Amino acid sequence: MKRAAPQENAGLIAPAKARSELMVWEALNIALDQALAADDAVFIMGEDVGLYGGSYRVTQGLYAKYGEWRVRDTPISENSFTGLGVGAALVGGRPVIEIMTVNFALLALDAIINMAAKLRYMSGGKLRVPLVVRMPGGVARQLAAQHSQRLEHTLMNVPGLRIVAPGTAQDSYWQLTQAVRDDDPIIVLEHELLYFKKGPFDIHAEAPPMHGAAVRRAGAHVTLIAWHRMVDVCLQAADKLASEDDIAAEVIDLRSLKPIDLPLLTASLKKTHRAIVVEEDCKFAGAGAEIVAALQEAAFYELDAPIARVAGADVPTPYNGDLEAASIPDADAVTLAVRRMVGAREE
Amino acid sequence: MQRDLVKQLLYDMLLARRFEEAAAEQYTQGKVAGFLHLYPGEEAVAVGSLRAAEPGDYVVSTYREHVHALMRDVPPGAVMAEMFGRATGCSGGYGGSMHLFSAEHRFLGGYAIVGETFPVAIGAGYWLAMNRSPDVVLCFFGEGAANQGTFHESLNMAALWKLPVLFICENNHYQIGTEVHRQAAVVEVYKRGCGNGVPGRRVDGMDVLAVHQAARDALEQVRGGNGPFLLECDTYRFRGHSMADGGAYRSALEVAELKARDPLLNLRNRALENGWLNEEDIEALHQKAHGVVEEAIRFAGQSPAPDDLYQGVYRRPLDLYAGRP
Ligand SMILES: Cc1ncc(C[n+]2csc(CCOP(=O)(O)OP(=O)(O)O)c2C)c(N)n1
Ligand SMILES: [Mg+2]
Repeated sequence: MKRAAPQENAGLIAPAKARSELMVWEALNIALDQALAADDAVFIMGEDVGLYGGSYRVTQGLYAKYGEWRVRDTPISENSFTGLGVGAALVGGRPVIEIMTVNFALLALDAIINMAAKLRYMSGGKLRVPLVVRMPGGVARQLAAQHSQRLEHTLMNVPGLRIVAPGTAQDSYWQLTQAVRDDDPIIVLEHELLYFKKGPFDIHAEAPPMHGAAVRRAGAHVTLIAWHRMVDVCLQAADKLASEDDIAAEVIDLRSLKPIDLPLLTASLKKTHRAIVVEEDCKFAGAGAEIVAALQEAAFYELDAPIARVAGADVPTPYNGDLEAASIPDADAVTLAVRRMVGAREE
Repeated sequence: MQRDLVKQLLYDMLLARRFEEAAAEQYTQGKVAGFLHLYPGEEAVAVGSLRAAEPGDYVVSTYREHVHALMRDVPPGAVMAEMFGRATGCSGGYGGSMHLFSAEHRFLGGYAIVGETFPVAIGAGYWLAMNRSPDVVLCFFGEGAANQGTFHESLNMAALWKLPVLFICENNHYQIGTEVHRQAAVVEVYKRGCGNGVPGRRVDGMDVLAVHQAARDALEQVRGGNGPFLLECDTYRFRGHSMADGGAYRSALEVAELKARDPLLNLRNRALENGWLNEEDIEALHQKAHGVVEEAIRFAGQSPAPDDLYQGVYRRPLDLYAGRP
């Protein structure tokens, strides 16, 4: 079995692509291409990942290059092909399972929660499950309630799972590469609206820790904590707040939902003394609730105001475009929340 | 040749029976806790089929899997210690009766969600096929599990990609208290493989020699790269579904009739009739099985308890709030 060092296959990728602006799907594609080339134990499986090239192009070209055993099109049997990944991982494989969208992962939760997450523990540490499950989610464009969910909260509550949520091309490449090399079951949450977002990419740049958060914009007055597309929403809000209100918002991209990088968040809080968690998912018992609770436990006395949440409405996502937009946070909602919080201090 | 095989199979079944009876005793004494599903009546299935398997083959089983583990040579002490919740158990005391695992014996568990054995088995089978390995997977399941989606999903994929998996149905006619004709429109499970392209057959699961021969034939076919096969073993459990089940849904007559077909008695009588074994041989096998189980209980009772609550949640201890391990 071949297992090459990662640097050895940087050459696999055309030099023009190795340092450039890439779309998120292209960065994921490069990560998978390299993983398949580096390690014969890696294989990809999912609906339309092969001949068709992936619903979001992520696996484009890989079927032709690596053949059907390494890039396998499956029937519509989410629980069983995800469970297949678990079984293969137990005996030496390093499967990367693509679930077409998180909405369909609901049918694979037995494989993910009852099997992948628990087997190492239940076996007294003797089995390992080096499995990656990739799934795009989030509110896209009028796909209606059954195709517009976020599952962060469900998965975060499961011991044994680790969850990353890359939102840029560079992070997508880094975090997927790291996930495939790791021996734990790892969920890679992608966002449907980010696949065609372009961003700087450097294949040679050194990867930060897989679960570390990143400061996307520095600021002294308030900390905005987000992931995926909400980071971009926060950055827009920060622009507006800087130009219209003279408020400097610090924007943190969480990058990982389990574990979370609490030290980086509290360090920011020590500077700004105010924080807002911005999430696309419904507010009630969502990921933001965990982040707020952890932050106030760690840094309550640093706070000048209660930590706030700007989150999705607690409704199934509506089809109507205007209502859909109203169901998730936008830059205006974040701006308003910051003005309230910072203004409250000044009154 | 036949004599050696019969001796081995009879000993295995005596060990299986004694082990399960002892587990029930230990449960009554409070040494074994949780859900405990026992195998008396069904011994011919695990013993007959697993003695036809090779050491390199993988085995996936349900929560009624003590005997399957024993037949893969997981030490009886390690199985009993697991049920006692001890650190020397084959799952370190973290799994219990329903979650026995032993990577070194290629025993992949131990699954307590009905229907989970199928995807695990085709996963191991996929890996073996992808690597052109001569090994195969034996996947055990109850007839009740054939009503789960994973049965059909997994059989379809196994047939589609010609995976080396032998599906072995332990049809004991009940899913807890619901008899097979009240849970399935088609009561012969092997027939339900056809729609997914998996050939199969039914064998008398109370006859260990018949199961052994059928498993050998099926394994040869599966090992030959012909894709999966479904072997349905018609069997019966003598005890309740678990220790919590009094079995009020079955008539005493039904149980008595099936007990008359006890696989141990069946083989014992044939061994005597054919002169393969004599009474003394059989008594010696009895004694040996009793001794092994006694020793397993002693071992389990003397073993230390596990004390690390957080072992194995992740590959190394993970502070969920530290972010940058
Ligand atoms: C998904 C799921 N549903 C229900 C149960 C509860 N349950 C445990 S065993 C069982 C019956 C299974 O019957 P069968 O598959 O025939 O196996 P047997 O116990 O007869 O060996 C049920 C309903 C479960 N463990 N998992
Ligand atoms: Mg049954």
